[in-house]
Amino acid sequence: MAYSDKVIDHYNNPRNVGTLDKAKNTVGTGLVGAPECGDVMRLQIEVDENQIITDAKFKTFGCGSAIASSSLATEWLKGKSVDEALAIDNMAIVEELALPPVKIHCSVLAEDAIKSAINDYRVKNGLPALELPKTHH
Amino acid sequence: MLNFPIYLDNNATTPLDPRVLDTMMPYLTNMFGNAASRNHAFGWQAEEAVDYAREQIASLINCSPKEIIFTSGATESDNLAIKGVYEMYASKGNHIITATTEHKAVLDTCKHIEKIGGKVTYLSVNEEGLIDLKELEEAITDKTILISIMYANNEVGVIQPIREISAIAKKHGVLFFTDGTQAVGKIPVDVEADGIDLMAFSGHKMYGPKGIGALYVRRKNPRVKVTAQLDGGGHERGMRSGTLNVPGIVGLGKACEIAKQDMEQDTARIAAMRDRLEKELLTIEESYVNGSREHRLPHVTNISFKYVEGEGLMMGVKDIAVSSGSACTSASLEPSYVLKALGLSDDLAHSSLRFGFSRFTTDEEVDYAINHVKEAVAKLRELSPLWEMFKEGIDLNSIEWAEH
Repeated sequence: MAYSDKVIDHYNNPRNVGTLDKAKNTVGTGLVGAPECGDVMRLQIEVDENQIITDAKFKTFGCGSAIASSSLATEWLKGKSVDEALAIDNMAIVEELALPPVKIHCSVLAEDAIKSAINDYRVKNGLPALELPKTHH
Repeated sequence: MLNFPIYLDNNATTPLDPRVLDTMMPYLTNMFGNAASRNHAFGWQAEEAVDYAREQIASLINCSPKEIIFTSGATESDNLAIKGVYEMYASKGNHIITATTEHKAVLDTCKHIEKIGGKVTYLSVNEEGLIDLKELEEAITDKTILISIMYANNEVGVIQPIREISAIAKKHGVLFFTDGTQAVGKIPVDVEADGIDLMAFSGHKMYGPKGIGALYVRRKNPRVKVTAQLDGGGHERGMRSGTLNVPGIVGLGKACEIAKQDMEQDTARIAAMRDRLEKELLTIEESYVNGSREHRLPHVTNISFKYVEGEGLMMGVKDIAVSSGSACTSASLEPSYVLKALGLSDDLAHSSLRFGFSRFTTDEEVDYAINHVKEAVAKLRELSPLWEMFKEGIDLNSIEWAEH
């Protein structure tokens, strides 16, 4: 399968790989996917008092497109408000990385990871979890 | 000097040996005769070349040249053997015994047999990839006409207990067919000593050309016959019609001659390279060899690297041409059915690589491959949340993974 240059770039030089302290109240962690499906993404955000995402980290077990989708997501998240982050749509990732149809599920997983991280942050801070539309992979 | 990517997928196909190409060349050019033309020198020349190749092939596997039926390759040979026996021995029974780790050319042919009313037993294998001989014997009924068990497996290289299988077949008066594609030309295969009644093999797995293969069909003790699957002309003792692929046959013959002559020294060198790569890659934490290491072809190893994903790994080892345990062409990954049959979980099956060595593989290439794989695995584990969890002592089975 031919990967786009952007996917290859993210695969070769993944941005924001790492781990934030998930015990902190300012950190939200999203863990999505399943090992037997060949994709697991963990995406973490750190949120300041103004609801701005100051840091984002990821680790992904998956194909090049999954790694690139999560790497790109962390780039986009930094500096965004939580509300802006919630608005990130998987199709924007598909477009940016030129993902082929068989790899769209990687972008869906990245969107799920963002929302799951935000929900984790909300619940930790006494806010109700947002009802998320059920996505299908 | 290294040329990239480095080819380490020699169980898929091997490069054509230049000595084989040289031998074929005249038959691709001036000596173009049809081996069935009895009236002129062109035909005689072609026939003579075919006869000589038959002897070269027969000499490698210790049979009579008359017992070699030329085909287009191992897939056709597998089809001819199984369907041909099924039809020829229909009055005797309709039951075939095979194993779950066979090549698709055998499994799909068996599926076809089931569709047309036959019965097939699929033996499971143990974690080493070997069938259970007791299970085999117990599966035999008075309707059993054929046992079809491959000589050596294409994904993990495991060699089945061929002589024990043939002894059981003989004891019960059942024919024994083996797909010898991965074994012939690589390890000593002797149809007499091994007690084989039919055997499929192919040119391109042993440095010969593609598009040529053969089916060995025993003529004595017992005399075996198969019903032709192609009609027209009655070539190959009526078992396989069609103008003979003379250059291909000449190439297969030469490949067999070289295999016989060079096998011992090739094997020693290739096995040493394989063992070195395997030993080095096993120094990587949580890496495992799949299948028996004791009963195995000398030129292949199949290794799983836990907590890295197969397709990501393939992308990371782009400088080497290897085969992965998962087919990643669709959104849903399909782990190898062979590795699954050995009892591997989906994630381990996904994260496996098959390394296949040839007589043209160099030590320098092996060195490069070792470092390349080590780096890729390390890099992907650095990226892997599963690896981090493993390192923190978290049991991955204790996590409730989101339904996918």
